[in-house]
Amino acid sequence: MYTYTDFDAAFVRERNAQFRAQVERRIDGSLTEDEFKPLRLMNGLYLQLHAYMLRVAIPYGTVSARQMRQLAHIAETWDKGYGHFTTRQNIQYNWPKLRDVPDILDALGEVGMHAIQTSGNTIRNVTADHFAGAAADEIADPRPVAELLRQWSTDHPEFQFLPRKFKIAITGSPNDRAVTKAHDIGLRMVERDGARGFEVVVGGGLGRTPMIGKVVRNFLPAADLLPYVEAVVSVWNLLGRRDNKYKSRIKITVHEHGIDDIRARVEERFAAIRPSFSGIDQKILTQIEAQFQAPDFTQASTVAYDAAYAENSSFRSWADTNLTAHRNSDYAIVSISLKAHGATPGDASADQMRVMADLAETYGHDELRISHEQNVILPHVHKSHLPDLYAALQESGLATANIGLISDIIACPGMDYCALATARSIPIAQEIATRFDELKIEHDIGHLKIKISGCINACGHHHVGHIGILGLDRAGVENYQVTLGGDHTETAAVGERAGRGFSAEEIVPAIERLVGAYLDMRTGHEETFLETYRRLGAAPFKAALYPAERKAA
Amino acid sequence: MPKSFSPSVVTANDLLIGDVIYLTAQDGWSRDLADAELITDEAHAQIRLIDANAQPGTVVGAYLAEMSANQQPTHFREDFRRTGPSNYAHGKQVGALPGPLAQGEEVMR
Repeated sequence: MYTYTDFDAAFVRERNAQFRAQVERRIDGSLTEDEFKPLRLMNGLYLQLHAYMLRVAIPYGTVSARQMRQLAHIAETWDKGYGHFTTRQNIQYNWPKLRDVPDILDALGEVGMHAIQTSGNTIRNVTADHFAGAAADEIADPRPVAELLRQWSTDHPEFQFLPRKFKIAITGSPNDRAVTKAHDIGLRMVERDGARGFEVVVGGGLGRTPMIGKVVRNFLPAADLLPYVEAVVSVWNLLGRRDNKYKSRIKITVHEHGIDDIRARVEERFAAIRPSFSGIDQKILTQIEAQFQAPDFTQASTVAYDAAYAENSSFRSWADTNLTAHRNSDYAIVSISLKAHGATPGDASADQMRVMADLAETYGHDELRISHEQNVILPHVHKSHLPDLYAALQESGLATANIGLISDIIACPGMDYCALATARSIPIAQEIATRFDELKIEHDIGHLKIKISGCINACGHHHVGHIGILGLDRAGVENYQVTLGGDHTETAAVGERAGRGFSAEEIVPAIERLVGAYLDMRTGHEETFLETYRRLGAAPFKAALYPAERKAA
Repeated sequence: MPKSFSPSVVTANDLLIGDVIYLTAQDGWSRDLADAELITDEAHAQIRLIDANAQPGTVVGAYLAEMSANQQPTHFREDFRRTGPSNYAHGKQVGALPGPLAQGEEVMR
């Protein structure tokens, strides 16, 4: 894992000291709110519905046990004993007080963390495949490049006042778990003639105008990555629309100019700036790579795992859903579900954070990951430890066996917390999870992604959910619109709107009808919801959603 | 025809703790909607909003929120603001302030 250099630590300390003084000046009246707001946003501090909210970056979703314990300490000391993990691999505290925020930032700095550029029109936290460095299907660990991008983008003087926010995601695997095609820049590691490089995708994004990103460069040699990314952001920085914030993201720039025009401009800019990258970036990358060495994998028998798998049906059920193949066949990647049925998706109490930190230290080579799906990952667990790990998770309410199933729902905070929301998301997620748990059919339903956003900005990724739910305000009443057939992976697709929305009371029965129709129509247990949808199209699913309309017609 | 003025209260967030607050007839601020001054005259409402915005050391983002004649929110957003989130009793449901858990507040799990 990357540890801060003296430079990093001094930089964060200085920024925190500046922010502490800014807070004091706001409180004593030397700064107006209009002057203070951009300063607090640069440091991740929002003012939400009921309180301030601090968004802390978890770069490429990687945290150590020590950092996780500090996140727990912050939750207990300055917040209400929990934190909310988000779809951009961040953690949000929902209840900090203004005067406490500088202390929180100092506490983060102590463990090499910060909240810089988690808001504002800057390059945001770089997100990555949450199985990076562990997945069996990976070409290489993308996190050293993500760390290089973090260092390059942090306080980059050219990119502090962009037309709008800018989000980069990176994956080292052909199986895209990082939603790269719905980012401003998506980087997908590829190999050509034995050389490693990147496919560069630009102009993806969700929000009110969802777009799947387009390939701007099929193969970018690894050494050209930083100047090329700089060229992309630089072209958009000049071209991007500042007259209308709904048209300011690079997806609109790409859409208006066309990918060929953007490519020509990027290549021209790249050619101009490439010589100024003298190789220092590659030297730094080499130093970073040294810090992302794989752990010393244990060599031991996996008999204990095989025995527990054969004998213990609840362990087997958990293992079947929550484990992923590791590149070392004696190891497994463990997904810890933060989606207990009826709980708030992505929330973890301080106690749970400490338990996960302890388990990472005891069984997981001191590494944890936060997934964009709002779960926590232990990327390196030897199979012999899995039965003990499972027992420990059970004691802390963290052993829910539902990864990838209908109750593993992504949900934004919605109108329970967010000032931008038009409807609530959390109660809908809670009700769907509770309902399908009662029906005891979620393992039979199989792989199905429900994603819920409480407004058009789509933090809950509803456009790329197999079933997407968007909460809106229709004449002063919460109303939920359903989209079908979205996909967040390498076969990314934006879901199709099914029809009129549903009230809060109608939406769970509507989802139940939809799932019932899928179970009736699938060719067999092995055909997933998305496959059935792609085979049959939207019509039979719409008929299930709107039976009354069908009869009337 | 212009829309007729609906009864309103002046509401904002507290600068230091971020909590939802309401302007009272006595020029104070209360965390309880019941204490708010219900304003029925549009011109008076504009003056009260100016009064609120003249207190940048106390409040952030003051605006007029529509109420019914008996001082109940007409929109669900204002109902959530005066109550707190629906997933935990962490807000005004239990009289809690932002910041660390107070006695009687719901602990997550």
